[in-house]
Amino acid sequence: MTNDLTPEKKAEIARGFTEAIPHCRALGMSLVDIGEGEATISMPYDDRFVGDPRTGVIHGGAVSALMDTCCGAAVMSHPEAPAITATIDLRIDYMRPATPGQRITAKATCYNVTRSVAFVRAVALDEDENRPVATATGAFTADGDPSRKSTEALS
Amino acid sequence: MTTAPKRPRPEPVEVIKHRRDSTLSALVNGVPYISFLGIEVERHGDELTAILPFADKLIGNPMLPAIHGGVTAAFLETAAVIELTWVGLWADMEAGALDQTYLQDEALRRLPKTIDFSIDYLRSGLPRDAYARARVVRSGRRYASVHVEAWQDNRTKLFAQATGHFLMPNLAG
Repeated sequence: MTNDLTPEKKAEIARGFTEAIPHCRALGMSLVDIGEGEATISMPYDDRFVGDPRTGVIHGGAVSALMDTCCGAAVMSHPEAPAITATIDLRIDYMRPATPGQRITAKATCYNVTRSVAFVRAVALDEDENRPVATATGAFTADGDPSRKSTEALS
Repeated sequence: MTTAPKRPRPEPVEVIKHRRDSTLSALVNGVPYISFLGIEVERHGDELTAILPFADKLIGNPMLPAIHGGVTAAFLETAAVIELTWVGLWADMEAGALDQTYLQDEALRRLPKTIDFSIDYLRSGLPRDAYARARVVRSGRRYASVHVEAWQDNRTKLFAQATGHFLMPNLAG
């Protein structure tokens, strides 16, 4: 079964993320793109998110929040996944400090969905797209009535 | 007849408390993102408890509502980093070897870098205050492993736990 996302549907999901989730709004996240089991979400640089004031580098926790959101969005956009999902586990690997002043963009792929679990991986990039800032792997719940498909949660 | 060896009088409790509290405060208040999330840290002797007072901006699922998984991750990582830095500062702090004028610089200089952080979400974070305590499982010269537990109403009912690996700062030079 496929679930083609119309441009209107994509815009609706994007609004759902940027406006309906208080923490995503607090971090200024914006949904750049969403497809079947794939999501791209970005977050602006902000002095309030700094983890080390000596260097101005963003706190790892803010990157984690972006990654978790992006992974969740990828799961919800997957045609085989149910409407609602929750994180079971998430592992973040920090490759290097994000460059101060630059936007951070996370790209997540939900690469497998079973009857109960969705498996996701993600990468976080700043403006130097050749050197990842962080990567993540996670398992998310994919439990629920199979008739409730993916994007209905946000419609 | 010999006289008893002279032992210095213990410092007044206010002096000790002030030194510990100002060191902890330098560590917690120096980081903008910790203030942004509203995380506070309570101290009993050397035992730290991180507190995340509930706020609407922490919500990730408005239907339930539930705390955002990313907030939980950030809260646990912050608790781990503070505990690890605190453990490293302890001996110098107790010896009075930390320069009180540059306490914040010194605390920040000692922050470890997160290598990886792995979070188990055990139940959804309810719209109320959360608490976390971290334990340094192993701390070597270069690498450290820290475990964190977080709960809300009941200490024994964890809503999340995490293990992180950290790169210790090179303090030489």
